[in-house]
Amino acid sequence: MFESLGQKLGKVFTGLRGKGALKEDDVNDAMREIRVALLEADVALPVVKAFIETVKTKAIGQEVIASVTPAQQVVKIVHDALVEMLGSETAELKFTAPPSVYLMVGLQGSGKTTSTAKIARMLSEKQRKKVLMASLDVYRPAAQEQLRQLGAQTDIATLPILAGQKPAEITKRALEAGCLEGFDVVILDTAGRLAIDEEMMAEVALVRDLAKPVETLLVADAMTGQDAVNVAKAFEDKVGLSGIILTRVDGDARGGAALSMKSVTGKPVKFLGTGEKSDALEPFHPDRIAGRILGMGDVVSLVEKAIETVDQNEAEEMARKFQKGQFDFNDLLMQMRQMQKMGGVQSLVKMLPGLGEMASKLDEAGVDDKIIKRQEAIILSMTPQERSKPEILNASRKRRIAEGCGMTVQDVNKLYKQLQQMQTVMKRMKKMGMGKMAGMMQGLMNDKDKEIMAERMQAQGFKGLPGNGGDFLGANPFLKKK
Amino acid sequence: MFWRKDKKQDSQAAPVGVIEPVAEKHPEPSLPPREGDRPGETWLSRLGMGLSKSSTKLGQGIADLLTKRKLDQETLDGLEELLITADLGPQTAARVIADFSQDRFGKDLDDNEIKAALSESIARILEPVAVPLAFDRRDEGPFVVLVCGVNGAGKTTTIGKIAHNLQCEGKRVAIAAGDTFRAAAVEQLKVWAERTGSVFLAKDAGSDAAAVAFEAYEAAKRQGVDVLLVDTAGRLHNKSNLMAELQKVIRVLKKHNDNLPHATLLVLDSTTGQNAHAQVETFRDMVNVTGLVVTKLDGSAKGGVVIGLADRFALPIHLIGVGEGIEDLQPFKARDFSDSLVGLQR
Ligand SMILES: Nc1nc2c(ncn2[C@@H]2O[C@H](COP(=O)(O)OP(=O)(O)OP(=O)(O)O)[C@@H](O)[C@H]2O)c(=O)[nH]1
Ligand SMILES: [Mg+2]
Repeated sequence: MFESLGQKLGKVFTGLRGKGALKEDDVNDAMREIRVALLEADVALPVVKAFIETVKTKAIGQEVIASVTPAQQVVKIVHDALVEMLGSETAELKFTAPPSVYLMVGLQGSGKTTSTAKIARMLSEKQRKKVLMASLDVYRPAAQEQLRQLGAQTDIATLPILAGQKPAEITKRALEAGCLEGFDVVILDTAGRLAIDEEMMAEVALVRDLAKPVETLLVADAMTGQDAVNVAKAFEDKVGLSGIILTRVDGDARGGAALSMKSVTGKPVKFLGTGEKSDALEPFHPDRIAGRILGMGDVVSLVEKAIETVDQNEAEEMARKFQKGQFDFNDLLMQMRQMQKMGGVQSLVKMLPGLGEMASKLDEAGVDDKIIKRQEAIILSMTPQERSKPEILNASRKRRIAEGCGMTVQDVNKLYKQLQQMQTVMKRMKKMGMGKMAGMMQGLMNDKDKEIMAERMQAQGFKGLPGNGGDFLGANPFLKKK
Repeated sequence: MFWRKDKKQDSQAAPVGVIEPVAEKHPEPSLPPREGDRPGETWLSRLGMGLSKSSTKLGQGIADLLTKRKLDQETLDGLEELLITADLGPQTAARVIADFSQDRFGKDLDDNEIKAALSESIARILEPVAVPLAFDRRDEGPFVVLVCGVNGAGKTTTIGKIAHNLQCEGKRVAIAAGDTFRAAAVEQLKVWAERTGSVFLAKDAGSDAAAVAFEAYEAAKRQGVDVLLVDTAGRLHNKSNLMAELQKVIRVLKKHNDNLPHATLLVLDSTTGQNAHAQVETFRDMVNVTGLVVTKLDGSAKGGVVIGLADRFALPIHLIGVGEGIEDLQPFKARDFSDSLVGLQR
């Protein structure tokens, strides 16, 4: 629906390409586009205004670097300023003498209960903490039961539910259990409440006074609109916050609320909720959200995630094979599985700059995770020999494979063709020094898609896209760690 | 076992509205009353309270802008910004202001005249979509309403409120627990079924949502229910597998009767900003949404995004949620909404 910011800025700066310093008039025109982009991303208006002023002063008079367009340069300035405002470090959770009390607060339906379980699981799995969860939500039907079930699923203790107790009474009971039973952390999940509901805000303030939490986390939906400033300010004023958890980041909202809330409270966004499962919690990456707010994807997180997910040995082994231009079904299988670990095709595509639209194209083309699962099934019904020597596949082998996985010979042929294409791509990549991720993406795209992608990358190039967009992941991320 | 009921008794003698508890090991604690549940308060007063809470700031802003003077560019810019803070989005805000200023630029106007005129401009966009939800039974079975939306939007609560309204009108209602995924979703809905005296139809957590809907229709029809409300799990519109699951629910319902579901409601949280556009577009394209419900208008969010939605998608907005209580559901009224949005008291 919307023209991308890169394209719009490109128009603003036509005629200026590579000429001297950024002029005030041009910058003002560019800032009008930036303003609209930020508002469309749901950044609150007062925050947008303050931000634009800061960036304007930074941009005017800057020399245009020869290798980039003025539009790219402005985007980079804006992007860096966004990252700076969002808070540059990833904040950690604090602990006190046990039990450390965490208080989860927020509007109705923002994701408090799910986030409570996610934090608990993370603390118990990654930091070996003994965690107790208690629900103070005596209002929403079955809210306490929801937390109890999540606890049972994740093997985290929950405070036994006693009918008829008030939030303050439950709080006392939770603190007592926390002390007596030697819990490291007690997480209090509260009922959702409107920031303007004074009675309910007083109730949670009372709980805070009783529990003296070391972390009070505002749980807020990434889809939140302009109201984010009011909500964050009210919770900060009446309860006091130590941080923010931004939920539903796996959706496609641009997430401007993160910037709004950070700037009115000064409190860091500590975590991102990225799915319904209890392990879908990630540390906050300002880069990633900045890219989203601008609608430009996120290269950095993608590369990081790839590095984290891919086993180093596997990666080196594969890199060696690439060098030789070899690529067989075992490699393809491994790639598919790594891709799934990283959240599937769709989420990978979304993280790449300017490919938001591509995601829907892939959807239309039917390239989704289901296809990958089916292709996996085809490979699994091959013999080890067939997997490592694809060229031995003949008609009768193909028929047997197809029968083995309940698919047609055509399906098998398609996969074989894809493998051959990837072998070609790998050979080309070897020359260009591109990462495996890029190969993966290309292998899944037809020529038309590749054209679109190249075009969009040209139009949108920014930080991390050295030069002309050919080598969009910089270098092979799997070899970088050496 | 479906409905957790003895198969043999199931035929005709099945007691209406009495369904065995779904693994009720931990009884729901009794609910302390909260503000939204105050008896004697009318719907209207609560809508007034809710919407006026959210609109006083906007109204004040307009009052600050001018007493009586010429409507100039600066004033218009100020008005546009006020609309942006109400979540209309930059494009829609600009369009509304352009429409509003057309015959008024340079004229002398006072605060109230401005509010009235701006409200008028907005109401004109909203009026065509302010359509009540009609539960007319078009075929023998119950009128089926499928309720969907992103996580936490207010689907389950809205179902409870709709069921209550229907019961008040003397209709017999059944509620099907199509959210088989989220923890305690079935238990939550069951409480609403009990509160409203509705027939509660559920299978075990983890069951296929489509199977729940399919069998619920059979049971509801057998029991001569007027309206069947089907809850679904919250899902983000960009998750194609979850959207496919919802499509399957519909496909399976259509095996009973091609008219099913008679209505598919998308529940939108008024706190949501411009992402509501993507939600409506995707849910409409994928599951043929027939109308919208906008919740949480008792909060400080103004829900202005619906103006852009009305203009772009022309989907009916049937109902609004103005609280967590059983009576906190209102028909959507264009003029009330636009008046509240600009802070106009008539
Ligand atoms: N203030 C207010 N709260 C509401 C309204 N509608 C729903 N809620 C609250 O919002 C929260 C979420 O509501 P649910 O009905 O559980 O939402 P849902 O869409 O069914 O959620 P999931 O099934 O988890 O996706 C609950 O705490 C409700 O009480 C409303 O109109 N106003
Ligand atoms: Mg629900």
